[in-house]
Amino acid sequence: MSLLSIFLIVLCIAIAGHFAGRSKALSSANGKASGLHSLPAYYGTYVLSWALFPPMALMALWLVISPSVISNAITSTFPVEVQSLDPAKTSLIYGTVESIADGLRQLNPDQITEVSKDISLLKPLLAENGIALASDGEAYMVTSALTMISTQNTSRLLLSIFVIGISLLCAFYAYRKIEPRFRARNRVERFMLAGLIAASTIAILTTLGIFASMVTETGRFFSSVPPTEFFFGITWDPRFASAGDTGSAGQFGLIPLLAGTLYIALVAMLVAVPIGLYAAIYMAEYASPTLRSIAKPLLEVLAGIPTIVYGFFALVTVGPFLRDISAQIAGIATGDVANFIQAQSVLTAGLVMGIMLIPFVSSLSDDIITQVPGAMRDGSLGIGATRSETVRRVILPAALPGIVGALLLTASRAIGETMIVVLAAGIAARISINPFEPMTTVTVKIVSQLTGDLEFTSPQTLVAFALGMTLFFLTLGLNVYALYIVRKYREQYE
Amino acid sequence: MNTNIKQAEIDISDQYEKMRGEKVNVSYGDKQALFDVDVSIAANKVTALIGPSGCGKSTFLRCLNRMNDTIDICKVTGTITLDNEDIYAPSVDVVELRARVGMVFQKPNPFPKSIFENVAYGPRIHGLANSKADLEEMVVTSLQKAGLFSEVKDRMNEPGTGLSGGQQQRLCIARAIAVQPDVILMDEPCSALDPIATATIETLIDELREKYTIVIVTHSMQQAARVSQNTAFFHLGELVEFGTTDQIFTAPIDQRTQNYITGRIG
Repeated sequence: MSLLSIFLIVLCIAIAGHFAGRSKALSSANGKASGLHSLPAYYGTYVLSWALFPPMALMALWLVISPSVISNAITSTFPVEVQSLDPAKTSLIYGTVESIADGLRQLNPDQITEVSKDISLLKPLLAENGIALASDGEAYMVTSALTMISTQNTSRLLLSIFVIGISLLCAFYAYRKIEPRFRARNRVERFMLAGLIAASTIAILTTLGIFASMVTETGRFFSSVPPTEFFFGITWDPRFASAGDTGSAGQFGLIPLLAGTLYIALVAMLVAVPIGLYAAIYMAEYASPTLRSIAKPLLEVLAGIPTIVYGFFALVTVGPFLRDISAQIAGIATGDVANFIQAQSVLTAGLVMGIMLIPFVSSLSDDIITQVPGAMRDGSLGIGATRSETVRRVILPAALPGIVGALLLTASRAIGETMIVVLAAGIAARISINPFEPMTTVTVKIVSQLTGDLEFTSPQTLVAFALGMTLFFLTLGLNVYALYIVRKYREQYE
Repeated sequence: MNTNIKQAEIDISDQYEKMRGEKVNVSYGDKQALFDVDVSIAANKVTALIGPSGCGKSTFLRCLNRMNDTIDICKVTGTITLDNEDIYAPSVDVVELRARVGMVFQKPNPFPKSIFENVAYGPRIHGLANSKADLEEMVVTSLQKAGLFSEVKDRMNEPGTGLSGGQQQRLCIARAIAVQPDVILMDEPCSALDPIATATIETLIDELREKYTIVIVTHSMQQAARVSQNTAFFHLGELVEFGTTDQIFTAPIDQRTQNYITGRIG
């Protein structure tokens, strides 16, 4: 029975339970809703919740656990010499068995008997059914595949019986409890609570899962490359991972990537902070309400532009423009029209990223500036200060912690930004202080290490996790510090 | 003179007129808040503006140093003079005007700076002090005049926001005095304070009028009676009655004034 049909059957039981519960509640109060503790619909919902949620939870749990149980059972049917191979190879064989099982499902019993006798028939037969095998397969694989099919069928059958059975049992249990004084309303509240807790648990567990997988993969990376070499190395030259040669020597120095990341982020902040902050001050302190109501959303539209759009804007417009203008300047100054700004450079990436960050700076700062109590403004204006004196000497100092927090949040975005730098910064991992030349960032290298044909166990690929962890801790640190500052600032006026 | 305002027989024309409002009309968008208000503010006296909530007394006060300019939809017509010069004339520098007519607000609003910097703020922006010593002297004098110096002299560098409510309000008064204004406007300066802090501020107001002209908006009729020499009673945007405080509280001419001070409206 397919999962969808199991779900639909349970849903039908639940809906039927809803109506049954509702009418039982009403009839138990002689048809008068006022004689019930809760509204009649609550009794229905109570039965529905019991009939629906426990079986669904069971189903979810089953689906999470059963694949690993089945895979253990199947792996144990492999010949001993196969089981003793290294885990990566075993999992490759397991994958083959899985696809054979998929194929065998589509064959008729006669064909299966044939295949079991003559393994060489397997590949062409499966190919006819649209399943491509990498190797010819071996005899034990067919046996294992058959075991897999039967185990999976048993599992699915048990699942159907258990889920539908439990749904019926729960519905019956809930239905039995209904009587006029039963507090269905409060019980439904508990189901609500459980649902809300489940939602937040999923969110938290997902985060933890991502984090855990990053930690383990980073651990695997550091088992082949020493941490000191990674964190303090000044050469980034990962080489290629050739098959079978997992230990191939590459140099994984983080420093050039980190330098590029921070340099580009710095240029971006130099562009975004003054423009964004001045725009925010204008919006908050000077603009008339009408102008503000038009200009603020317009500025925030800038925040809605996908970063890849900024990226190709940098690639096709800003980069060539800077290159050409630099050639002209050089021509005027030295007579030699050689461009000193390259099309892909720290400057290009920083400039465009800065433009992308303007709305973040201005929108966050605007919120913080408008939070400064109006009494401060009045106090300053009331003794004869001009508006800009008021902004400079009273509003900004009062808003400063909040603005610093906002800038830190923006900086963490700049550090994690990917698409713009991929297109505009170049891929050369170098340490340089010349902003007119290409540099590269951590995010760019994560992208390039994970693009193309890869062997997953090589340090060349695993380094992406180490880089990811580094970025994660960098931005996490900035965010936590920013939140700390913002929170401290809020306490001043409450 | 507006005919519906009844002048008492006790004349106040012997007092030097520091400020004067003539046919002052104020509207916020479509809503008119003040109708043809005529008030004379005598020098070195305390003039109280009283009346029920929403009667326009604070609006009028804010006209006297053009704080209403900061509200976009607010429109002021009529004439307001300071030393016989129209403060709404195009040639007037609003910033300079506000330095001459300082303001203290309902809620104490010290800046998030040190006590010293709070008071030094005005002199600094107006360039009043010629040297550091000069500035320090100004701050000390202002704090002394505001009756706060003895309480804060050992902690001038601590934040002004750390003071008690009454001290904060006196700090705001010191901040206004430091600019050396002629007139100090006070918008319900005691409404956020406890009775003891209120009494301190009231004594201070009485002392300050030797040097400054004071206009105070207050909700409390007792306070008006205690601190002011002249009183203007506003109701629904109109100036109902204006006279000496004694006369207003003992022999009001208008029935509405009578009703308000005996607690029947408001």
